[in-house]
Amino acid sequence: MSLDGYNFGYLDEQTKRMIRRAILKAVAVPGYQVPFASRDMPLPYGWGTGGIQVTAACIGPNDVLKVIDQGADDTTNAISIRHFFQKTTRVAVTEATEQATIIQTRHRTPETPLHEGQILVYQVPIPEPLRWLEPRETETRKMHALADYGVMHVKLYEDLARLGQIATSYNYPVLVNGRYVMAPSPIPKFDNPKLDRNPALQLFGAGREKRIYAVPPYTAVRSLDFEDHPFEIQQWDEVCGLCGAGDSYLDEVIIDDRGGKLFCCSDSDYCTRRRAAGHLGPHGRDAPEALRGP
Amino acid sequence: MYVAVKGGEQAIDAAHRWLAEERRGDPAVPELDVDQIEQQLKIACDRVMNEGSLYDRPLAALAIKQAQGDLIEAAFLLRAYRTTLPRFGYGEPLDTARMAIKRRISATYKDLPGGQVLGPTFDYTHRLLDFKLAAEGAVEPAPERPATVDEAVPRVVDILNHEGLIQAEPVENPDAQVGDLTREPLLFPAGREMRLQNLARGDEGFLLALGYSTQRGFGSTHPFVGEIRVGEVSVELVPGELGFPIDLGEIEVTECQLVNQFKGSKTEPPQFSRGYGLAFGHSERKAMAMALVDRALRAEEMGEETGLPAQDQEFVLYHSDNVQATGFVEHLKLPHYVDFQGELEGIRRMRAAASPIEDADQEAAE
Amino acid sequence: MSESRLLQVEGLTKRFGRTVACDDVSFDLWPGEVLAVVGESGSGKTTLLNAISGHVAPDAGRVLYRTRHEGVVDVLQLSEPARRLLMRTDWGLVHQNPRDGLRLAVSAGANIGERLMAVGDRHYGRIRGTALDWLGRIEIDTDRIDDRPQTFSGGMQQRLQIARNLVTGPRVVFMDEPTGGLDVSVQARLLDLLRQLVTRLSLSVVIVTHDLAVARLLSHRMMVMQRGRVVELGLTDQILDDPQHPYSQLLVASILQT
Repeated sequence: MSLDGYNFGYLDEQTKRMIRRAILKAVAVPGYQVPFASRDMPLPYGWGTGGIQVTAACIGPNDVLKVIDQGADDTTNAISIRHFFQKTTRVAVTEATEQATIIQTRHRTPETPLHEGQILVYQVPIPEPLRWLEPRETETRKMHALADYGVMHVKLYEDLARLGQIATSYNYPVLVNGRYVMAPSPIPKFDNPKLDRNPALQLFGAGREKRIYAVPPYTAVRSLDFEDHPFEIQQWDEVCGLCGAGDSYLDEVIIDDRGGKLFCCSDSDYCTRRRAAGHLGPHGRDAPEALRGP
Repeated sequence: MYVAVKGGEQAIDAAHRWLAEERRGDPAVPELDVDQIEQQLKIACDRVMNEGSLYDRPLAALAIKQAQGDLIEAAFLLRAYRTTLPRFGYGEPLDTARMAIKRRISATYKDLPGGQVLGPTFDYTHRLLDFKLAAEGAVEPAPERPATVDEAVPRVVDILNHEGLIQAEPVENPDAQVGDLTREPLLFPAGREMRLQNLARGDEGFLLALGYSTQRGFGSTHPFVGEIRVGEVSVELVPGELGFPIDLGEIEVTECQLVNQFKGSKTEPPQFSRGYGLAFGHSERKAMAMALVDRALRAEEMGEETGLPAQDQEFVLYHSDNVQATGFVEHLKLPHYVDFQGELEGIRRMRAAASPIEDADQEAAE
Repeated sequence: MSESRLLQVEGLTKRFGRTVACDDVSFDLWPGEVLAVVGESGSGKTTLLNAISGHVAPDAGRVLYRTRHEGVVDVLQLSEPARRLLMRTDWGLVHQNPRDGLRLAVSAGANIGERLMAVGDRHYGRIRGTALDWLGRIEIDTDRIDDRPQTFSGGMQQRLQIARNLVTGPRVVFMDEPTGGLDVSVQARLLDLLRQLVTRLSLSVVIVTHDLAVARLLSHRMMVMQRGRVVELGLTDQILDDPQHPYSQLLVASILQT
């Protein structure tokens, strides 16, 4: 299954060194977007090339890799990326969050709390949190340099004025280490609190936009809000239909043509282990097999 | 009954096998030979080399076969392959004045040293589908070509240069390292060499549209084709151990020099300004579009009014790479249901907050 | 610099190629006074404003400003972050075209509140309350707090721009032809509002205008510019009554005819 003629981790050592230098810079300035010379990869731009390059630069033969997309290990792109690393590194892979040393993720943080020594690599489409308010790169770089972030609160103000609440439900901007405003990638705001003072190293890779940024372990990460309208995470009335969890992010699954719904944990590993430990949700036995899994 | 399916390994395997079948097509039809593609779809190969940023026609032909003719997909294959190639160094600048000319035309002069050499061109063909091509047949040989002129054919810009009529290309620091788009991230404002590198691998269609827009008033340049030349040039490299250049071989390139309306001011005499395009293989449309956009991007340094799309560095240079563009556009096919769930929850909550009044009306009406 | 002068411009010069847009311009500004800079188009008035506020870098000169807590600084020597902070708190700049000084895509309330948010105000209710208060002061219906400036008339946009500048209580406001492009009756209303605000808030204002009538109505002192140079500087009433320089005489004569 391995790729012959390719270096460990696909990238040549010089390139990995270049990426690691960018990562070190990013760790030294939490939340600051470090430009790097992203390489053309065999997977398409926008499909995780930034995350892949960060993982490829960090991964060693003794690492254990977990790859998730939408919180699950068996979504098509997660499978594709995991195969890529199996082909180019032959490292051990796992679905169990606490056993992984490197976790590459698209659009979720794992429900299971991380521990020191783990690296969480986020795939980032648009690294610039100010992009929707200011299309020019030259201007946004200046705004970050001068901590000129008034315009971010203007957006939040507008939401409150028009809708009565802040409309942003994912990729919710955060203030890192009290200095840089950062885009946490399109994770639901539900996951934002997990970034704060996390014992793991969190790395963010944007391949197409050519930026790397980082949140070192135990760094303060605060979601932007107003004193009288504090940040709130999503809530459900339902629990997971399969395992009964009331504290995890739930996917809504349509199960019949009449709009019948089932809610289940987005984090497949979390849900599987809860069920293995005996927890059962209201549909634990009668949910469609495709959901229940093996 | 709808069943939510999270794709699995088996689905991906099956999909790849079906793709291979589609690529082969009807087994009763002879399989495409990579040589055939290289020889008979040469222009497609040239485009893939340009956008794949790699000069290797047989490889481009293979990529086209693998990609079933999807040229952007083929360029993607070359780009990914390129990443794995070791970098030996930088070649000497190509000396296009010493090109073995296949085709050379100028719209600014009726005749000039070296002459107007039409070469193999579609330009004056009548676009009538030739059904004879559907049946293969022998091709009438072209007339005897005059012997290649050995001495260098002077460039039109050099002719204009003798009178000082065309702007010199400013070289601030001749010893400075030339920027490398493949080794450094693009930062703005971008220097001319980074811009040209970006345009060289840029999507032909995108540059064509932008170039077109400058001709129709979305840009102030009024261009003339100073010269287009197509032919082979030598690639030379000075290895550190030897200290003198060695010839690595020839590549075919298309070079376009556009001459633009003179600009002048009270303090500076009027001169022609230029736009430059260079592409692998026989790629005139690409080289011309590149030259038009190159000139448009220089509007600010020329003191002209800016603000139109082709003059906007960030707009042009960020969106010219079709491999990046297709990746991001097509990534929308990936699952986004977690974020969508967040939006659903938000909308439901906002509607619930707004609806108590409606419910009261409803009750009163019942 | 004398204790009570707020702003002292010394020898400000700006060239574009061979044209000298501002030639050795000097003047003082005192607290609570309105200084009109008059002259026809091309006299260098707008360049002067841009040079003082740091939007173009002058070729020579100093702009000394007496800050609230840090004594006198040369604004031209300030670092970019310090200059931006100054422009957002102590100084205001009202553009001739209100669209240049507003965010058209966000509501009137957000436009007024932005400066507050930029300097760290994080209480939505208070920010909104301040915006409502200012809408009242600039005579815009408070119901329109969530409307976008695109839906406002030219006069309303200009008043909104003024409020956006004044919300952080600046001490010096620069205005570039604030009544330009407005209807005569709308102009009159705006000038009236400006006069009230200047008095009530003890603002110091440098107002650039080609219209002597505006200068007469609003300003205490006047500076006449011709081809980049200051040709006359003094009390507005005095200059209007008895202009000394031939160019001033020309300008005054034209106002008497309208």
